[in-house]
Amino acid sequence: MCIVTVMSIGLTLLGLLEPGPRHGYDLKRAYDEHFGQDHPLHYGQVYATLSRLLKNGLVELEAVEPGAGPDRKRYAITDAGVTDLDGWLGRPEQPEPYLSSTLYTKVVLALLSGRPAAEILDTQRTAHLALMRTLTRRKAAGDLADQLVCDHALFHLEADLRWLELTTARLDALAQEVVR
Amino acid sequence: MTATPLLVGRDLHRTFGATPALAGASIAVRPAEIVAVMGPSGSGKSTLLHCLAGILRPDAGQVRYGEVDLSAAADATRSALRRTEFGFVFQFGQLVPELTCVENVALPLRLAGTRRRPAERTAREWLERLEAAEVAGKRPGEVSGGQGQRVAVARALVTEPRVVFADEPTGALDSYHGEQVMRLLTEAARRTGASVVLVTHEPRVAAYADREVIVRDGRTRDVELVG
Ligand SMILES: Nc1ncnc2c1ncn2[C@@H]1O[C@H](COP(=O)(O)OP(=O)(O)O)[C@@H](O)[C@H]1O
Ligand SMILES: [Mg+2]
Repeated sequence: MCIVTVMSIGLTLLGLLEPGPRHGYDLKRAYDEHFGQDHPLHYGQVYATLSRLLKNGLVELEAVEPGAGPDRKRYAITDAGVTDLDGWLGRPEQPEPYLSSTLYTKVVLALLSGRPAAEILDTQRTAHLALMRTLTRRKAAGDLADQLVCDHALFHLEADLRWLELTTARLDALAQEVVR
Repeated sequence: MTATPLLVGRDLHRTFGATPALAGASIAVRPAEIVAVMGPSGSGKSTLLHCLAGILRPDAGQVRYGEVDLSAAADATRSALRRTEFGFVFQFGQLVPELTCVENVALPLRLAGTRRRPAERTAREWLERLEAAEVAGKRPGEVSGGQGQRVAVARALVTEPRVVFADEPTGALDSYHGEQVMRLLTEAARRTGASVVLVTHEPRVAAYADREVIVRDGRTRDVELVG
């Protein structure tokens, strides 16, 4: 589960820098601890993102300690960086409507071709429930942060299952509408 | 999962007047297995649970518990089994309002002949396991919904039954307290090795089980009956 999209890695790093300057490796550690879960950041990603933030004036180099290598640099958030972070945190995320679903397409194609559409829905239900069991077991073993991440996924899977249930109940009506 | 099933319902039929509640439902539950019975409301889940638990007799089909043909057994045999081998959790209204919570949990032991002190000592241990020790001295009317359900789970498990029947045990709870009840119920069942028949229409509740059986219009699909 990747919980921070590529787009928001820069903003997330800004958020981690706001309390105080950090080295790149320290930033990666903090990121992985809070958001890395199954997808820790690569060092390459961290430094590429930091150099972009640097170029855009959102972070600055606080001090270059004697020695060589990128880890000698400490990054600090700038006022412009705080403004960007503030704006991002205050803006709602675009609710994802999932209006075009592959599953819906499959159901319609099954009805059009005379295949058993109910079986497609049943197969999907089984797969969804299996994943939900895995996440529920993982939740039992995890800390609170892990539980919340799993719960987020579980609620979304549950929403899919409700749709599957409703579609199953309306399959005959849908067939009449589709096969005309 | 090759163990011989402990509880088997085979091609069960049951009508209420003109309503066919079960029209060919089958299920097999193995020892220590947690099985979720899912399906839309009115699909026959509760009727299936009642038949499996020997509360209702099916019109046709067979329920076998171990070596016993539960669907054909005399009423006395069925109620003895329910008392000694089965535990029950329902959505609500199962605790005796005049008794304290610890007395409620001790009740099945008292009915089985255990003296009061040892029964209540065991009951307290179960309340602790269910994270409900603080309500021991309160009456059911004085505790929250989530606490009441945890007391009900403690009462269902206090005799260490072989099978726990739970019908929408979280149906009256919000998701936070519902999950808490499910976590504690399944932990306790896994510890005692009890099988659980868990009726629910909520996928997040069913996800605590090992697998699910879907009931639709009184029928189950693709259930293989081993043994
Ligand atoms: N005691 C009863 N008397 C009359 N009808 C009943 C009785 N119990 C269940 N039914 C009917 O049988 C069907 C299945 O009910 P039930 O097993 O309670 O479904 P579920 O638990 O899945 O909601 C429903 O149509 C219900 O109205
Ligand atoms: Mg019911």
